[in-house]
Amino acid sequence: MSHAVIADVPAPKEGCSERPVIRERGQREVFCGLTGIIWLHRKIQDAFFLIVGSRTCAHLMQSAAGVMIFAEPRFATAIIDERDLAGMADVNDELDRNVARLLERRPDINLLFLVGSCPSEVIKLDLSKAAERLSKNYAPDVRILNYSGSGIETTFTQGEDGCLASMVPELPTLPEGSDQSLMIVGCLADVVEDQFTRIFERMGLPTPVYLPMRDSNEMPPVGPDTRYLLAQPYLMDTARALEDRGAKRIPAPFPLGVEGTTGWLKAAANQWGIDQQTFDEVTASGRARAERALECYREQLAGKRIFFFPDSQLEVPLARFLSREMGMELIEVGTPYLHQQHLADELSMLPEDVQLSEGQDVEKQLDRCHAATPDLTVCGLGLANPLEAEGLATKWSIELLFTPTQGFDQAGDLAELFARPLVRRAKLKV
Amino acid sequence: MQLTVWTYEGPPHVGAMRIATALKDVHYVLHAPQGDTYADLLFTMIERRDHRPPVTYTTFQARDLGKDTAEIFRDAMLASYERFKPNAMLVGASCTAELIQDDPAGLAAASGIPVPIVPLELPSYQKKENWGAAETFYQLVRKLVRPAEEAAPREEGVRPRCNLLGPTALGFRHRDDVREITYLLDKLGIDVNVCAPLNATAEDIARLGEADFNVVMYPEIADTTARWLERNFKQPRTTIVPIGVGATRDFIHEVAELAGIDPAAALKELECRLPWYSRSIDSNYLTGKRVFIFADATHALAAARIASEELGYEVVGLGTYSREFARDVRAKAKDLGIEALITDDYLEVEQQVQDLQPELVLGTQMERHIAKRLGIACAVISAPVHVQDYPARTSPQMGFEGANVIFDDWVHPLMMGLEEHLLGMFREDFEFNDDAVPSHLAMHGETGPRVQAQPEKPDAAAADDKAPIIWEPDAEKELRKIPFFVRGKAKRNAEAFAAEKGLSQITVETLYDAKAHFGR
Repeated sequence: MSHAVIADVPAPKEGCSERPVIRERGQREVFCGLTGIIWLHRKIQDAFFLIVGSRTCAHLMQSAAGVMIFAEPRFATAIIDERDLAGMADVNDELDRNVARLLERRPDINLLFLVGSCPSEVIKLDLSKAAERLSKNYAPDVRILNYSGSGIETTFTQGEDGCLASMVPELPTLPEGSDQSLMIVGCLADVVEDQFTRIFERMGLPTPVYLPMRDSNEMPPVGPDTRYLLAQPYLMDTARALEDRGAKRIPAPFPLGVEGTTGWLKAAANQWGIDQQTFDEVTASGRARAERALECYREQLAGKRIFFFPDSQLEVPLARFLSREMGMELIEVGTPYLHQQHLADELSMLPEDVQLSEGQDVEKQLDRCHAATPDLTVCGLGLANPLEAEGLATKWSIELLFTPTQGFDQAGDLAELFARPLVRRAKLKV
Repeated sequence: MQLTVWTYEGPPHVGAMRIATALKDVHYVLHAPQGDTYADLLFTMIERRDHRPPVTYTTFQARDLGKDTAEIFRDAMLASYERFKPNAMLVGASCTAELIQDDPAGLAAASGIPVPIVPLELPSYQKKENWGAAETFYQLVRKLVRPAEEAAPREEGVRPRCNLLGPTALGFRHRDDVREITYLLDKLGIDVNVCAPLNATAEDIARLGEADFNVVMYPEIADTTARWLERNFKQPRTTIVPIGVGATRDFIHEVAELAGIDPAAALKELECRLPWYSRSIDSNYLTGKRVFIFADATHALAAARIASEELGYEVVGLGTYSREFARDVRAKAKDLGIEALITDDYLEVEQQVQDLQPELVLGTQMERHIAKRLGIACAVISAPVHVQDYPARTSPQMGFEGANVIFDDWVHPLMMGLEEHLLGMFREDFEFNDDAVPSHLAMHGETGPRVQAQPEKPDAAAADDKAPIIWEPDAEKELRKIPFFVRGKAKRNAEAFAAEKGLSQITVETLYDAKAHFGR
């Protein structure tokens, strides 16, 4: 474990993507993309998410949200019923009626997402047409977009990808010939955004714009002069949509831990030709603070063996952070989808012998987990308590999405999330 | 298409999961896309079960749709039988799989799996969770129960036996109700033959026919099954749900009659504190407290009786989301001189709570949200459930201990009587009002008012689309003399009264006119 020289972005190693990857078909124990609404609706404060789906969708949302947060939600479900399926009611009329009722009740909504679900996709309800039709009625007060959060198409964090991708065509155009602009893509906590903004400004980079934005009236402009950094590893469609508008990705690791954050900032700094000295001056204090914060948890985590079930697609960057900076031993790093290109920097930093797995057969994976008896298992809410009851310490992966973890000043918090289950076990005498 | 913010019941396959998870050796194969696995967390997180629910999801994806999703189902069914070796299986589809019509029933029949398989037809776009649970339980019982042998008359000295029907996984206090009712029946000299589905095995279900009668604990779940057993096994069933003191006594008499025993000795021995607590002088202030009730039918009906007869509250609203039992709830509401609210639309319930301005809401977790927002006291009396509805302590709703629990839970959110009395008596005292720093903290802080007195403005909700009603300064001053815990009500009453009379200003006179008008 070395954290002495971390200022340079490590060059991707040849052949790193050829590590053996377990790919199994079987039961997948993951949320669908609808779940992303739970953090998206807190982020874009004047947006509302209307799921067009079944009672199951509504139940999923309140069950997932009920465990995690209590707040007046800015999401709802238009539940398809028998009359809609039998053709006794025109589904589009019904949808229009529900949107009208909703917008009447909530005049504060400026941006409405129609969110597709498994049933709406199976019955081939065209929500993009619906969004277009409704937009005409409610423009300019309310913008209406659509994306799919269905479980047959998306897992968990891919819902955010769909949501952000749906906004890209709506973004204003950055005039040609503008100075290069920096866009940060992926949900981050407001406090983390503000920290990054300060760092970029101090280095002399343009003030970054963020997607998603906090206020739907302030959509960030995009164009061929846009250079974007992904803040989250699960934004495949959003990246493609941005490229379609001419924007170019700055390849970088993800800003988790000291090394990831440094590499991420450095990639942007290099894009603007910032010299090493300036970079070091601006980032030194943050790095030092983060190092100090991590020191507290290194003792608790070093040498501990960790197993990742696939869930948030954050698994690879997390594994990189935990193995390189905290000295943890990786048993298996499972992820719902392994995006080789976006993860290239991350994969190159993983140990040679790490076992990766993509997709899932949860029963077989549980067998492997039981056989390995890890010190810590990262998994979803359905598996955590049963594994705890068997004596395995677990970390709910969902918490990793709700806690600000990116950047120097959150590196300690990130480590603490993994240390807490172990500390707790050591404390309890019951 | 129905717009919903929250839903009182899940889809019917979640009802089936509640049955499967309650049972000990039955596995459920559910044709469903990957997101539907969220339902596991209901059991592992909300109910804090230490095992995964015995459910295998096929988790088909979009790319499978053009190909053979039926094959995926068959493979999952065979693999889960091999892995879990259950003694019976349930097979069915969730809402999405229902649309692709892969015929789980036919596939199960042709599978060659050597244990009974119950195919479930649960129409997701029509029915809901409780119906799904009831139907699953009924189909399972029909499939597994053994034909009853001609029952010989019970010999002298042999205790009568009954089944407890209806408790499930993820039920509202089902775990504790089973314990309480088993205790109560034991005191009466009655044994439990089988409790189902909670903690039963497939073999237990097979011997349901051996009991003398059935106790229907939760009609939403057990009614269909109990009626079928009554017709086919000549097993009579109970009709009274023992929640509350009166209902528990009635239940004891009903059970004694079915079992052919004399309950007098047991009734004498069994104790309940609710009657005395409710009669004690401290409870006087509960008289006529206005309460709004919304729950599943079983708990709503019980709550209405307890609130009006055993706690002396005034029931101002009564409703349920259990449409299957709407008739009973309507009848009870009529008895109380009100109209029942039968709906599964959370927004309608919210509107009614807002309109009625009760002092206490007895509802589900959703009404708890409503009450919190409106600043009204609340106790949770029914599913849908939250992690806090699985307390570590034993906390039944049924039987005499259940009545004790209910007394505590439904009275404590309100201010205690003596406390309320003292606040009224000393309301002019300089250190006994809502602006004063608590006396034990006074020496640490400033002695002045803790918060700047804010003139109470008519709230926006009340004045929404009407001309705002103006409070005269004197009336506002007078309003502030009213103890803070009833001030809100006095304010609302005065505004309602002024609106009714077409007054644009509230004077001291209006305030007292309103008081006289609304009584109390």
